[in-house]
Amino acid sequence: MAATTMTGAKPAESVARIAIKEALLTAFLVFMLAFLMIGFRTEAQQGQQLSYVTRFAAIAWGIILVPLGRILLVYNRHGRPMPALIGGGLAFVYLFGGALVAILFDVLVIPFNDYFGEAAGASGIPLPFADPIVDGVFGLGALYLVILALQTMRHTAHGILTLEQREAKEARSATRAKQLSLVLGPALLALAVVLPFTPWSDRVLVETMTLILTYVMLGWGLNIVVGLAGLLDLGYVAFYAVGAYSYAKLSTEFGLDFWGSLPLAGAFAAFFGVVLGFPVLRLRGDYLAIVTLGFGEMIRITLINWQAFTGGPNGITGIPRMTFFGVPFDRTPEEGTQSFHTLFGLEYSTMHRILFLYYVILGLALVTNFLTIRLRKMPIGRAWEALREDETACRALGINPTNTKLTAFALGAMLAGFAGSFFAVRQAFVSPESFVFLESAVILAIVVLGGMGSQVGVALAAVLLIGLPEVLRELSLYRMLAFGAVMVLIMLWRPRGLLAHREPTILLRRGSGKRPQKAGATT
Amino acid sequence: MEYFTQQLINGLTLGSIYGLIAIGYTMVYGIIGMINFAHGDVYMIGAFQAMIAFLICGVLGLTWVPLQLALMLIVAVIFTSAYGWTVERIAYRPLRGSPRLAPLISAIGMSIVLSNYVQLAQGPRPKPIPPVIRGGFQIMESEAGFVVQLGYLQIVIMLLTVVLMAIFAYLIAKTPLGRAQRACEQDMKMASLLGVNVDRTISLTFVMGAGLAAVAGMMVTLYYGVNDFFMGFVAGIKAFTAAVLGGIGSLPGAMLGGILIGIIEAMWSAYFSTEYKDVAAFGILVLVLIFRPTGLLGRPEVEKV
Repeated sequence: MAATTMTGAKPAESVARIAIKEALLTAFLVFMLAFLMIGFRTEAQQGQQLSYVTRFAAIAWGIILVPLGRILLVYNRHGRPMPALIGGGLAFVYLFGGALVAILFDVLVIPFNDYFGEAAGASGIPLPFADPIVDGVFGLGALYLVILALQTMRHTAHGILTLEQREAKEARSATRAKQLSLVLGPALLALAVVLPFTPWSDRVLVETMTLILTYVMLGWGLNIVVGLAGLLDLGYVAFYAVGAYSYAKLSTEFGLDFWGSLPLAGAFAAFFGVVLGFPVLRLRGDYLAIVTLGFGEMIRITLINWQAFTGGPNGITGIPRMTFFGVPFDRTPEEGTQSFHTLFGLEYSTMHRILFLYYVILGLALVTNFLTIRLRKMPIGRAWEALREDETACRALGINPTNTKLTAFALGAMLAGFAGSFFAVRQAFVSPESFVFLESAVILAIVVLGGMGSQVGVALAAVLLIGLPEVLRELSLYRMLAFGAVMVLIMLWRPRGLLAHREPTILLRRGSGKRPQKAGATT
Repeated sequence: MEYFTQQLINGLTLGSIYGLIAIGYTMVYGIIGMINFAHGDVYMIGAFQAMIAFLICGVLGLTWVPLQLALMLIVAVIFTSAYGWTVERIAYRPLRGSPRLAPLISAIGMSIVLSNYVQLAQGPRPKPIPPVIRGGFQIMESEAGFVVQLGYLQIVIMLLTVVLMAIFAYLIAKTPLGRAQRACEQDMKMASLLGVNVDRTISLTFVMGAGLAAVAGMMVTLYYGVNDFFMGFVAGIKAFTAAVLGGIGSLPGAMLGGILIGIIEAMWSAYFSTEYKDVAAFGILVLVLIFRPTGLLGRPEVEKV
């Protein structure tokens, strides 16, 4: 915000001048960003040299629209929200509405193209960009202008807050988040329990929820490592992989069922956690991050290349499916054995296994949650939080930092191992492709976006980050782009996470007059 | 012996590329103490822009190779710098003073956005370009007939790296900008009290890092002749490994680390197995961190209570 401070010193400069100056800068930046990457689309045809097609029209529109928005923004910042409100509103209605119509038109009319001839491909509304989704995104940008203008009108926000204001605001929202999560937690749990029996639930919904709960569990597991012990682990997916491959090998080679191999898978993962953690846990902060990232990649590369043991890139197929504590969910049980539906005298349905899987992961996630809550109140949990806050002080107080960190690391790894086993039994197939760095990043993002240390926040973030892409499957190509953008935007909006109250579970308070939220503001 | 020399040459070339990317990591880490996760993707964008510049040269009929190279270099550096600036402006500046993990997550998000943006804008397929610089010197020949090649391109890459390093050493040591960067690295608050424009300095650091990454991208485009939108991730991790290996925050360290990683990779692929070359690089990193946690050329960190 160098421009604002400069103009603050020279009040003579009129708003119009600032607006034009900033708009020109913005136009220049848009040109720089878009000219080569958007303007030239390279095409690689088989057996031909690389060629390109130009798309200068899109750039031209970008150079017109983005600086226009910037001008409105400048006026808004100087206390004149009306242009932003009206201009933004009109642009939003036209661009977003037009995009919506165009998309609906595509979906509804294109199938009947044969009847209407070629002209029916377009909805008839002239839009600046060829791709309606891009138009829609610009429309959303205009909506943001409108929101900013409304905020200015309510005199609640004057552009960017100072750090102190932001901290105070966050401290307030932290207490609110705490109150909210007290209500939200049980409500979400109740919803999760009854969800499969609600009328609108179907196979897809339950499967999506199972996926989300897997990530909730992983998020809660990583929360012990990152949120409680303050160890930045970027290779969490390695332990997930160990758990998944443990079950895959134990079941296909030794015939163990899910429940038999679950403790073993957890033990293997915890063992890996100790072996990997022991040499590196002496390192601080970001070194630990990069080493764990390296370990994650090493495990993945080993999984790909150790053909004889892991099946290489093809993975392990034909992993036995989930059983009801030993009773299979088959339609036709073998002679003399029971199947789930014959045991309970039910009609056979494929939903039985899906529902059972759902409740298993719900149970596993709740166990993780319970463990975390209990551990926080135990000496070891206190030691983790103390280490997170100040390692040097802990050392002085006689806490062994390496051992304490190692317990957190191993525990987190064990929980990831459980989740990995579940993943393997649900998919009945494991391959290295499921354990790429992006998975680690997603799990970490769930923990951080949720607000580190907040169990409900982590669950909400998992619903958002995993559920959203599932809902947005229609946008196929734009899905991951939206995913990344959501990560950035949530962090910008709430740098401490959705429901952040990362204060130590126990805290010495100076005097009784101080409110507890002070701690949330200073970490 | 001849085989070893050849691998050494290849390793040095690869290492120069890693080193240039690593400088971007190390500078940013030195100043704001953050891993710039989007840096690998900025490098990928640099490679794409260099490739597009090369295509435009072809269409305009510029066939003189030095001119082509110069244009690729300038265009890639200038246009990629804009991305470096934007990444800082969007993902880092609003989060200054936030909890430490917030910028990390927004940077990971930025990295996902950038690679998918390139996938959307340029298509998911790998893009091949024809070799621009062919040929080279034959410096050795073994009795068995194995010829050690030192390609002209390899010479160009190494020379360019050396020149850039010299320019950078000068920039950091002698210019006002370099002084401002070093001041911010030591104490950001104090620097701003003494009249250093911290925001501008950090922005320029990102721009410089992106410029170097663009040079690395151009080199890799010429060297391997194929780009895809996913190339930034692995190169980014390795370059960061290189930066840590050399001692994070130290420019010569980043270069040294880059060259070491390049040589280790080349040697490991030559004598052991290509599949596990990345494992070797990370293994070395772990060993270095255990026995020398500040890296090879890093200053020991003083713990303040």
